Amino acid sequence: MRFFNWISQVAAVTMLNLRTLPQRRGAALSTVVGVAGVVMVFVAVLSIAEGFRATLSSSGSPDTAMVLRGGSDSEMVSGIPRDAARIIADAPGVLRTAAGPVASNELYVIVDVPKRSTGTSANVPQRGVTAAAFEVRKALHLVAGRLFQPGRNEVIVGRGAAAEFAGLEVGKTLVSGQNRWQVVGMFTTGGQISDSEIWCDVDVLMPIYRRTMFQSVHVKLASADGFAAFKNALTADPRLDVKVEREADYYAEQSRALTSIVTFLGVLIAGLMAVGAVFGSLLTMYSAVATRVREIATLRALGFGGLPVVASVISESLLLSLLGGVLGGAVAYFVFNGYQAATINWQTFSQVAFAFAVTPRLLGWAILATLVMGFVGGIFPAVRAARIPVASALREV
Amino acid sequence: MRFLPLVWKNLMRRKARTIFTALSIVVAFVLFGILSAIRVAFGGGVDVTGADRLTVIHRVSLILPLPLSYRDRIAAVPGVQEVTFANWFGGIYQDPKNNLFEFAVDPKSYLDIYPEIVLPEAQKKAWLEDRSGAIVGPDVAKRFGWKIGDHIPIRGTIYRHANGSPGWDFTLDGIYTTNKKGFDTSAFLFQYDYIKEAQVRKDMVGWYVIKIADPQHAAQIAARVDALFANSPFETKTATEKAFAEAFAKQIGDVGSIITYIVTAVFFTILLVAGNTMAQSVRERTGELAVLKTLGFNDRLILGLVLLESCCLALIAGGIGLTLAWLFTLRGDPTHGYLGVFFIAQQDLIVGVLLALLLGAITGLLPGVRAMRLRIVDALRRV
Repeated sequence: MRFFNWISQVAAVTMLNLRTLPQRRGAALSTVVGVAGVVMVFVAVLSIAEGFRATLSSSGSPDTAMVLRGGSDSEMVSGIPRDAARIIADAPGVLRTAAGPVASNELYVIVDVPKRSTGTSANVPQRGVTAAAFEVRKALHLVAGRLFQPGRNEVIVGRGAAAEFAGLEVGKTLVSGQNRWQVVGMFTTGGQISDSEIWCDVDVLMPIYRRTMFQSVHVKLASADGFAAFKNALTADPRLDVKVEREADYYAEQSRALTSIVTFLGVLIAGLMAVGAVFGSLLTMYSAVATRVREIATLRALGFGGLPVVASVISESLLLSLLGGVLGGAVAYFVFNGYQAATINWQTFSQVAFAFAVTPRLLGWAILATLVMGFVGGIFPAVRAARIPVASALREV
Repeated sequence: MRFLPLVWKNLMRRKARTIFTALSIVVAFVLFGILSAIRVAFGGGVDVTGADRLTVIHRVSLILPLPLSYRDRIAAVPGVQEVTFANWFGGIYQDPKNNLFEFAVDPKSYLDIYPEIVLPEAQKKAWLEDRSGAIVGPDVAKRFGWKIGDHIPIRGTIYRHANGSPGWDFTLDGIYTTNKKGFDTSAFLFQYDYIKEAQVRKDMVGWYVIKIADPQHAAQIAARVDALFANSPFETKTATEKAFAEAFAKQIGDVGSIITYIVTAVFFTILLVAGNTMAQSVRERTGELAVLKTLGFNDRLILGLVLLESCCLALIAGGIGLTLAWLFTLRGDPTHGYLGVFFIAQQDLIVGVLLALLLGAITGLLPGVRAMRLRIVDALRRV
């Protein structure tokens, strides 16, 4: 009974506060806008990191593995001789089809292609692949043109690369040094990292770059559980010096540098702004309390407890913050979600096209931060409200 | 001066509001400082590039090597004073997360071409004579706790000894500093001769750096160098160090610029809100200002008082904000090796102070002019 009494007290005081909100429209609005700003910045900056991570972590299904030279942390610095590639393809656990083992020997190089937005040259990855590559990456499908023909200077380009870099439309010629590549098709993997790449026949690419070794072998396993056996077989083989990773793990590692920079900056900037917003909301709530000194004192004189007063002020602050948070989150979602961008991935020294992603996880964090801000912004004025000496407050004009 | 107590009293009239306004301004200027440091970091050191240096890379891509034999041929090009080269090593110190960037260079010509690298004479001598010697910047040495004379084991990812072992042992011969603020000292430099034998393709280097006599002729000299190697298996692309650094910085692209836009927007929004509060606090005092006028304060003095008040608040709060940001950047790169340089440029600090002054002037001017034009009768009647 006492409890219900308490609840009804809280409700009564809160309603009283909320009804006076229109009179304090300016101050309340500034709290809402302040919090909305924080949430917008937080969500916008971190959506860069989320999008980048999503692009890389979606690249690679659990049943694909990647073989690099031992000690390499990216394809760029790896080297796999031809005979080693043959041993890898014949290893246990590799999926076999009528065409043979599903293992693609690949070479990963960088070509200078001008960025569409700035016109300056950017490091665009070019990947030489074998026919098995299309079996390893089942998600890949053509959206325009045709596949390149083996043995010819033809390339297909990822949709992300074609969007971000100039001169990669189907039918155009990509000139790189003394080499001319005919763009014959455009493909997509639905947002995976391959979308940023240019693909061609590895046997054409190798002599052009004077390489005698592949850099990686991408393998489709007969089953995802077969990874450990496949890895053990290769690492135990005295003829090989290789590092075997699941593709997914490799790409997750690749996203580390950029994600951590952006996350750091995002949290720093939003954190500073949050401090500012809390000041704003403290100001609002202090003035809210100040304008209602007499009402609050009257309630106390009527027998309302101190706690309902505290709860009512905090709940008003929480409500305003939450309103701001939802507003900011919504704006960030509509403006930034799916925004196409490209940046350099330091680990491979090459460009990655990706889309900003405002994920539920991000929004969840933002709402949590909003509630914390609202609480901090409300607690001090609330305590002051509860401590108002009844007699002197009633005597005031 | 004698009006300062009055200004102070006015500011402390509603203490909470003044403090919160000041704190918002502090936050805004901390953001401003950090933003300018981020811009420097993402700018890839464009501001500190040498106007008299050209960079020569493989025409297809930076990752492709050029023959060592080009060195003498480039040196013979008219207008070229000196040539050096560098080669990315790509080694790992203990953990890939350590972000150590090693470059194999020709020590003597490299130090000549980069006078920004300051190395004590004794350390320089030791390095030149030590085939497996290396030098690093102070931040890197501090990050890993290295001292001169330490042995540093690094695992090569590209380069291996003839017996296949990837372990390379370096001796720290020197710790270099720089005499030019913003010059990246995160590179781990060692002798090219040390890895020469380990190259898969012998006698290749990553890129060349040329020092030219007259920066005015940069374009012609670059064209001459590129013409020299046209139609060879290793064609080159030569550009000024600045152009190279700019193109490189643009590779970060959208991420850098979006963060910059967002922070700029935030900065001005906070200032707008704070400015509005400040202006409002003057408006509230219309009556008092009228009283002052009645007492004989002239219009200019009234305007001066209001301006002094807003400028004091903006400058003090802005100054504190900039100082805090500056202290933050003093600690160096907060991401441990991802951002090469991280500091607030001097001109940005000046711009910051000017912005604070501007904030004070604008927020004071609007209500101040109104107060100045105020007719005493109207103002007193309004109360």
